[in-house]
Amino acid sequence: MLEITPLHYTALSAALFIIGVIGVLVRRNIIIIFMSIELILNAVNINLVALSSQLQNLVGQVFVVFVIAVAAAEAAVGLGIIIAFYRNKETVNIDEMSLMRW
Amino acid sequence: MLEAAVFYTLAVLILGLGILVISARSAVHSVLFLVVNFLLVAILYVTLSAQFVAVIQVLVYAGGIVVLYLFVVMLVSLKRAPEQHADTRRLGVTGAVLAGAVLLEVIGIVVSGAARSDAPAGARGAGVPEAISDPMLNTEQIGWVLYTEYLIPFEVASMLLLVAMIGAIVLAKKNL
Repeated sequence: MLEITPLHYTALSAALFIIGVIGVLVRRNIIIIFMSIELILNAVNINLVALSSQLQNLVGQVFVVFVIAVAAAEAAVGLGIIIAFYRNKETVNIDEMSLMRW
Repeated sequence: MLEAAVFYTLAVLILGLGILVISARSAVHSVLFLVVNFLLVAILYVTLSAQFVAVIQVLVYAGGIVVLYLFVVMLVSLKRAPEQHADTRRLGVTGAVLAGAVLLEVIGIVVSGAARSDAPAGARGAGVPEAISDPMLNTEQIGWVLYTEYLIPFEVASMLLLVAMIGAIVLAKKNL
């Protein structure tokens, strides 16, 4: 219990991941859904860094840099889409975003 | 023992703030909880001796992405006029206190910097390289791996960022 093993970090990561998934599923504000996705990516990063320092292999940390780059790209494009949508529809509620629903 | 205490404190705070992020009523509060969450995750990286990733986390997430979110929240979801819920006098007091704190900090930095430059040159340099050699090594090694073994993925990531930048501009611009 008092010794911190990679399992502890994995458990923390899993819990944060689940919190993010719950946020994606429950919230209706699309900005908060995007923030939940950031939480999920952070959970993945915690996992990668913990295992990287456990295995003494830096590739995990290099991969975290890539994940952060992808997260930045995702945030920029996603928020651009939100702004463009808000300009047309005046809403950020995903229940009203049915433009592309079949 | 200390390691366990630090880990459990950070874990509880990270998870609690994560729950607050997804449960906060106002999106602005969500963003602010998210900043603190990212900073705590950065501290967690430092405890895992991944200093480079911790710095990147603070710079890119807490500094860049969250500011982007804050801008969008401010642009999109504030219905009320800002004057309606602003207590100007209290804001003035808060601003004065914060400005005073920053002033004290600047004075402290200047004074301690002056005190340090008084020290003899030999004493100044000694001990510092050992103290920071570990993070240097971490950053150096990551750079080495990134620019040799993972050079092409690195270039692909930079192309991805360029495409995302152009895409965001095209999306956000009204009439191109």
